[in-house]
Amino acid sequence: MTMELFGVAATLLALFAGFGVLIGLLFGFFGMGGSFLVTPALMVMGYRTDVAVASGLAFVFATSVIATLKHRDLGQVDYKLGVLMIAGTTAGIEVGKLGLHALQAIGLADTVVSVIYVGLLGGIGAFITYRATRGDGGGGISHDAETDADAADIPDIAKTIQSYRVPPMMRLRGGITVSLWLILAVAFATGLLSGFLGVGGGFIRMPALFYLVGVPVPIAVGTDLFEIVFSGGIGSFLYAMDGAVELSIVVPLLAGSALGARLGASATSLVDEDEIKVYFGVMLLLGALAVAVRKVGTSLDVPALRTVSLVIILGAATLVAGAVVYSSVRALRSEEVPVASAAD
Amino acid sequence: MFGLENAGGVDGAALVVGVVLLEAIVLYVGYGMLERVLGPAIVDAVRGR
Repeated sequence: MTMELFGVAATLLALFAGFGVLIGLLFGFFGMGGSFLVTPALMVMGYRTDVAVASGLAFVFATSVIATLKHRDLGQVDYKLGVLMIAGTTAGIEVGKLGLHALQAIGLADTVVSVIYVGLLGGIGAFITYRATRGDGGGGISHDAETDADAADIPDIAKTIQSYRVPPMMRLRGGITVSLWLILAVAFATGLLSGFLGVGGGFIRMPALFYLVGVPVPIAVGTDLFEIVFSGGIGSFLYAMDGAVELSIVVPLLAGSALGARLGASATSLVDEDEIKVYFGVMLLLGALAVAVRKVGTSLDVPALRTVSLVIILGAATLVAGAVVYSSVRALRSEEVPVASAAD
Repeated sequence: MFGLENAGGVDGAALVVGVVLLEAIVLYVGYGMLERVLGPAIVDAVRGR
């Protein structure tokens, strides 16, 4: 006899809760990784596409709420930047959706979106991995506890972009000053891609805030999460109107991810970025590979390839989450990190 | 789950999103309290003290 809680099998609830811990860890640490992990996993488990997308979105919304509150406690959310990003991103999403509908009308949407998805994930992943393996101080994902931008930590691209002083200039957390138009342009461009690809866009926005605007990574992560609260909340509500949000998925997934997100967000103040940025880049590269494999599987009608795609994504996620935990534990044992920030 | 399987429309959507938001806040507060109570002991244990 199967044990049930609230009419749902306890084993299924435990499975989702465990999966949630893994996802929450990545989400809290990188500010991304929710939707592109949950939705494909639910689809492979046999849930309808609309239920998988809607439940994934509701989960991302709730996880963002928790992770944003945590990053706020650590002083890593720039609300002014967040509001500007929401404005620019919303406009970009609308234009992106128009482009997608135009491609759907001529039957090219699926192929074009898959190619762009693979190109973006692979391109960003290759770029981050390249900069990380070069070991130069001016690139990569920095997870310093300091949220003030040191000139040496700002990527060269961001320095060049910041040198274009088109008024009005905005002063952001981290002590950087950039043109309002630059922020709106970056927000619009990332929104355009989000709308076009139909994803939350954290994997685009977070690197864009760091590499293009020069925002320190902890603040880029916190601000990106703040923005996802709004986009995820609105998206969840729209799907929930059709009854597509499945609470038996979202509730246990969230219970696990809330714990993982707390650990992940705290780990941003502990972990040496030089170790993790390589894993981050590799995870994106493997994500690109997984999307490509799934696309081939769909095109050739080989269901096994969709499972292979999921295994690649979950394997990459487990690898990176393990690296974050391992590096955090090692940092705690090194005695270099103050107890207060570790316990925070 | 929770008898909300057939919730739909604006009211149903608000209820479902509200449940999710409420759970998020409860978990944030609950795990936060747990972290404050157990955090230092866990950190010390990890550090081998």
